[in-house]
Amino acid sequence: MIAIIDYGVGNLFSLMCSFSAIGETAVVTRDPDEIRFAEKLVLPGVGAFGDAAEKLRRSGLADVLIRKAANGTPVLGICLGMQLLFDRSYEYGEHQGLGLIRGEIRPIKDVIDSTLKIPHIGWNPLIFTRPSPLLKYINEGDCVYFVHSYYAVCDNTVAVADYSAPLTAMVQSGNVYGCQFHPEKSGDVGLNILRAFCETEVSA
Amino acid sequence: MITKRIIPCLDVKNGRVVKGVNFEGLSDVASPVELAAYYSSCGADELVFYDITASAEGRALFTDILRRTALRVFIPLTVGGGINTVADFERVLQCGADKVSVNSGAIRDPSLVEKAAKRYGDQCVVLSADVKRVDGVFRVFGKGGRENTGMEAIEWIRRCVGNGAGEVVLNSIDTDGVKGGFDLEMLDAVSNAVNVPVIASGGAGCIDDFLTLFRTLPKVDAGLAASIFHFGEVRIADLKRAMQRSGIETRI
Repeated sequence: MIAIIDYGVGNLFSLMCSFSAIGETAVVTRDPDEIRFAEKLVLPGVGAFGDAAEKLRRSGLADVLIRKAANGTPVLGICLGMQLLFDRSYEYGEHQGLGLIRGEIRPIKDVIDSTLKIPHIGWNPLIFTRPSPLLKYINEGDCVYFVHSYYAVCDNTVAVADYSAPLTAMVQSGNVYGCQFHPEKSGDVGLNILRAFCETEVSA
Repeated sequence: MITKRIIPCLDVKNGRVVKGVNFEGLSDVASPVELAAYYSSCGADELVFYDITASAEGRALFTDILRRTALRVFIPLTVGGGINTVADFERVLQCGADKVSVNSGAIRDPSLVEKAAKRYGDQCVVLSADVKRVDGVFRVFGKGGRENTGMEAIEWIRRCVGNGAGEVVLNSIDTDGVKGGFDLEMLDAVSNAVNVPVIASGGAGCIDDFLTLFRTLPKVDAGLAASIFHFGEVRIADLKRAMQRSGIETRI
């Protein structure tokens, strides 16, 4: 069973539907026991980093998630959920993340051509930077749907998207995975990424 | 780099797609769920559902359709029509909408954009502006294009973006339904005034109109149309191949 962690940010209906479309059972839950028993965890999120990190901590779910990740359970962060996996973010001040992947979240505007629009919204092709189980069913050049104004600076990048600068699109550090874009809104390519995540195994 | 988006718009009334749909090989062309799934499979980059229902029963039917669409269609879904309050945002977002477009609701209550953007984020709020030239000035129209608000359009759009609208759909009333091409002059003015994605609407009659749009105005992010897609006059797969041949970045 896959647990989609509900800590009060964003609408999780589409995400749940996308797992059922690939024949997987996913529950949207904030129940720590249900999350403890889950085989895989998905951390979604939209909105601002500081507020979301605070909600995740206050609910007590941050601790449950960190413990599960340490025990080898595959974790997938999506969009802001991916950003929360990192050490810290500089969105409206400095905020601490979960520290599951080394690196930090910085504003896109610092690295892109100043004539480009922010947020980075729309379909952009993926450029692979290193192998990962998440890429199993997709091809380089496949487009995915992005909506974000901040990006991850890290050494664990698996794929980037070109927006005058290479923006981190997918990351992996052991059993912890992340997508900056929305796989649940990226058509068949997105579903194939979720399918690959569902096939990942608990690491020892 | 980011690709140019092609967006079919479905007008939904009492649970059915209206404005005429004429497709071969689709079992129920008036079903918004079937049509949405069809467009998604042809390569549409996003869908707009426009609720033109007036009754409460129709509203309930509409949210049921959204839920059923979200179960099958995994591309961004924007919902407009009858959005007057933050509660209306909540109603459609809970049923699977990703973005919500406001028009008359924002004209009646200019704080709506700001309230919704604070709560759901800028990326969720789409300003839909119906604009028409009146004595050489771009004016914003309300109530489905029937009422001249007297407001100057560029200023209105800039203000809404300043309040948090994350995208702008510009419907030119002057070119709408004429099928003579998008309103390039109006689109140029708007896309130079704001730094959020601008979606062109009104006037597309053939594939060339989209090619001209993206070649002439590289700042425009997307093209939206309804009946030319519904009647199969322009097939999305053909349009995208033509875009690709012309060197316009597109998702195939």
